[in-house]
Amino acid sequence: MDVLLGAVVQAVRLLLSGDREVLRVTALSLQVSLTATALSLLVGVPLGTWLALARFPGRRLFLGLVNTGMGMPPVVAGLLITVLLWRSGPLGQLRLLYTPTAIVIAQFVIAAPEVTGLTVAAMQQLNPRLRLQILALGATRWQLLGLLVRETRLPLLAAVMAGFGAVISEVGASMMVGGNIPGQTRVLTTATVLETSKGNFDLALALGLLLLALIYVVNLTLTWVQQRERPL
Amino acid sequence: MRPRAGMLLALVLLLAGCTSGAVPARPDGDSAATSAGTAVPAQAAPAGRPANPEVILATTTSTQDSGLLDVLVPMFERGSGYQVKPIAVGTGQALALGARGEADVVLVHAPEAEQEWMAADNGTARLLVMHNDFVLVGPPDDPAGVRGAASAEAGFARIAQARAPFISRGDDSGTHKQEQAIWQAAGLDPRGEGWYQETGQGMGATLNVADEKRAYTLTDRGTYLARQSGLQLEIVLEGAKALLNVYHVMPVNPAKFPGVNAAGGQAFADFMVAPATQEIIGQFGADRYGQPLFFPDAGKREDEVGS
Repeated sequence: MDVLLGAVVQAVRLLLSGDREVLRVTALSLQVSLTATALSLLVGVPLGTWLALARFPGRRLFLGLVNTGMGMPPVVAGLLITVLLWRSGPLGQLRLLYTPTAIVIAQFVIAAPEVTGLTVAAMQQLNPRLRLQILALGATRWQLLGLLVRETRLPLLAAVMAGFGAVISEVGASMMVGGNIPGQTRVLTTATVLETSKGNFDLALALGLLLLALIYVVNLTLTWVQQRERPL
Repeated sequence: MRPRAGMLLALVLLLAGCTSGAVPARPDGDSAATSAGTAVPAQAAPAGRPANPEVILATTTSTQDSGLLDVLVPMFERGSGYQVKPIAVGTGQALALGARGEADVVLVHAPEAEQEWMAADNGTARLLVMHNDFVLVGPPDDPAGVRGAASAEAGFARIAQARAPFISRGDDSGTHKQEQAIWQAAGLDPRGEGWYQETGQGMGATLNVADEKRAYTLTDRGTYLARQSGLQLEIVLEGAKALLNVYHVMPVNPAKFPGVNAAGGQAFADFMVAPATQEIIGQFGADRYGQPLFFPDAGKREDEVGS
């Protein structure tokens, strides 16, 4: 029990003291994961809407792929991206391996199927006549998308939280494509794993608690937005 | 208005994520203690800044965990203008990365594997840098009676005889390879035996498992010293020749892998064996543990090490 209490005390102390390394690591975690989540929103919502509404041969197979992607183990995503980004790989010229951009890419690969799949489910909940009605009133494709998104904003916000939760907490991909380099690609999850393997349990727990607090703050904000939208 | 506020908030979060795609500032926490002689911020270009400044160093987790790289890498970066990316993984992975040309220089401690690696033409040189030693640790009551064994192989044989629990790293690391070499030299193969267990993890984690299970394990002295206060394990065998842990630095061969930063890799290797660096290595850890963690060996022959 005192291990936990010690960790809480240390976590608070780390934050208040403004420990540079901890601040840097936390900032990078947020930056990378928020970017990846935003990108997967930009891709996932239109793609999910289209998948939900369009009809084409192989649609169910493709949907199956997307849903499988939701269960993609992060370390496998990391391995795949690593092989692509290797010097000897197809994208080696971009020199992206062991940079934060590589982590964003890997996290995008993890979050995008999540967001897409949940968007499909959200859109399919709508009354099919709604789409016809909107189109009948003269809406363009993009206006249709915008209106549908507004109608499904509750489950969509849940999709955002799911996508963000998936990437801020993953460690396998970040470790592989980032390399956990101090000052460059070390994020909260990889730092926690490092400190645990070194046996610094107090510090590891403190970092873990910090991560949880971070996730809570972000999700609290999103939940507040989600719940505020609810008509009385 | 409500939906607008929500979208605005989402936009803010989006921007927060996207602003300054630049990497956070390079670490300079240690610069507080250094002289103000050279200021080499990442953006300024001092005369002689190399054309390709990125050097990927593949090394092991135990080298990283010892903290030595946290001292040496910034020193090297300041003096040379290179930016080092130390990738700390298991020895197996470090050598594999070098053997694919995905790293520019390799710093490991597994002599047999290194020699195979060099024989496959993966490196331009194999420079002896330093050594530390492994120790066999175990429960204070030493149920297998390892204390007093004449050699590492004899100690291991006693453990096998008594079927005492032994925890292995099992991760192809330098430590693991050293352990396997000792079992082999003793003519034993403990894999599959109930008393022999593998964690597949780093040294710190493995020590914890051994501590919890009151088992024996092979560890490098540095990690043991760093963790000693939290463990009940004690050193039961040390000083044997088979327990020496020798580090070599090997720049990756540009003839085989045109994409490597040959100049950078060579510069790092030269730095590791330079007299000034060797002195720092020899003093590292002395103030914290009362004894240095590493012993500088540059220039020696391999059989001279440890004598």
